[in-house]
Amino acid sequence: MTLVLKNVSYTFTNKGNQHNKVISELSMQVNRGEFVSLIGKSGTGKSTILKLVTGLLKQDEGEISINGKSISLGDVGYMPQRDLLLPWRSIIDNIIIAAEFRKDLQITREEARNWLNHVGLIEYENALPKQLSGGMRQRAAFLRALLTGKDLLLLDEPFGALDAFTKREMQAWLLSIWQELNKTVLFITHDLEEACLLSDRIILLHPDKKIEEINVDLPRPRFPDLLHSTELAGLRHELEKKIANETD
Amino acid sequence: MPMKQIKRWIQSYSLFIVFASLLLIVFEWLVRGEIIPSFIIPAPTSVIVMILENWRPLVLEHLSATMLEFFIGFFISVIGGVLLAVWMFFSKTVEKMLYPAVLISQMMPIIALSPIFVLWFGYTLWSKVAVTVLISFFPIVVGTYDGLKSGDKEYIELLRSMGATRWHTFTKLNIPMALPSFFSGLKLATVYALVGATIGEWLGASEGLGYYSRRMSGNLNAEGVFAAITILTIIGILLFSVMTAIEKKALHWKNTE
Repeated sequence: MTLVLKNVSYTFTNKGNQHNKVISELSMQVNRGEFVSLIGKSGTGKSTILKLVTGLLKQDEGEISINGKSISLGDVGYMPQRDLLLPWRSIIDNIIIAAEFRKDLQITREEARNWLNHVGLIEYENALPKQLSGGMRQRAAFLRALLTGKDLLLLDEPFGALDAFTKREMQAWLLSIWQELNKTVLFITHDLEEACLLSDRIILLHPDKKIEEINVDLPRPRFPDLLHSTELAGLRHELEKKIANETD
Repeated sequence: MPMKQIKRWIQSYSLFIVFASLLLIVFEWLVRGEIIPSFIIPAPTSVIVMILENWRPLVLEHLSATMLEFFIGFFISVIGGVLLAVWMFFSKTVEKMLYPAVLISQMMPIIALSPIFVLWFGYTLWSKVAVTVLISFFPIVVGTYDGLKSGDKEYIELLRSMGATRWHTFTKLNIPMALPSFFSGLKLATVYALVGATIGEWLGASEGLGYYSRRMSGNLNAEGVFAAITILTIIGILLFSVMTAIEKKALHWKNTE
């Protein structure tokens, strides 16, 4: 699975008919099994890139393809910042919802139960989303994206709304499950430490629409203890400096 | 009813029951002491006696006529209101064309409009049904339509990213999201429909509790008027409670702790 964006541009038009070019001639690639994070100041187009890759937005120019085939809706697993679990559905019914939209996707309830067991949510199989904590809900939302059966997962600040302790727990959980599943992940975050801890590669989006790629050469498997390492601190410092030196 | 629910019910309504009981006692005392003449406000006990003595015509003849008008009018309002709301939801043109008309229908004074229905339908069942529909249609349409429109854009985007079609988002997201607002409209429409049937009967009928109360008013029989009002109020409370129970069942996820 390789995601390729080639010379992609996108202009947002607001209700007052004002145009704002959010993405300009962007080219990037995410390779099979890679964990890539998009970072950058607000307004640099991180969420727009994710929406273009999901097919929710259509680029004005350029090409977006997965394995050489133009993307379309339903080609990726998407997890937004808010868990967006449907409040009237049980957890198990929430995580298998994609199967109700796609004939090619068959998920038995037994399989779904196995997954819930795997992520420690089996006791909450029939619970409603509001009966779960923030971290549990995010895990359920991640499962929903995973059970779309797609190799590419797009995670849009999934832990942005969690408290610091839950966030650390969730990062550790995501690291372990990603290492086990070998999925390709495109991740958005504002948390530089999080980007360094999780990613193989970080793509920094600059306000002038240029991008910069930074390889994270930290050994895997990684664990949250790595957050206290000098290597990660140094990398984070380097990123901070790059962002601080930017002019809007 | 489990003990917990009884306790909650008492907590919610005990103050009202005490207040209403006191009010009835005061009225009983005012009328019995001839401070207020009984043709203005009858003693509550004499209204009860009136109902018990005349329950056969009141219930079998008049209440059944009112309920028939209510059920037909309410049924038409619910089916028609929901269909119109769905149509407006799917078509911007229909929404722009018909939504103002639905609003304007509520600005018109129903009492002034009702004689037109008598003109069109005569003193038949259908003139009363028409008033009932006119008065109860609005909360159903607005409740359902606003509920359907309340579908959060982020939810829609998430489902579409999984390959959901517009029909999928309508059935899996818009309909469940519209239910709380739909039920609010439905509960209001229940009460309004009963009022509509009664108003319809005032304007021309030969049976029904509205007709009965008007006839008793002409005879200066305050007990008769209040007997009809009491029965209508009890029926209104019962219908509202039934709708609330259906709502609770349908929206159990909202009440789960």
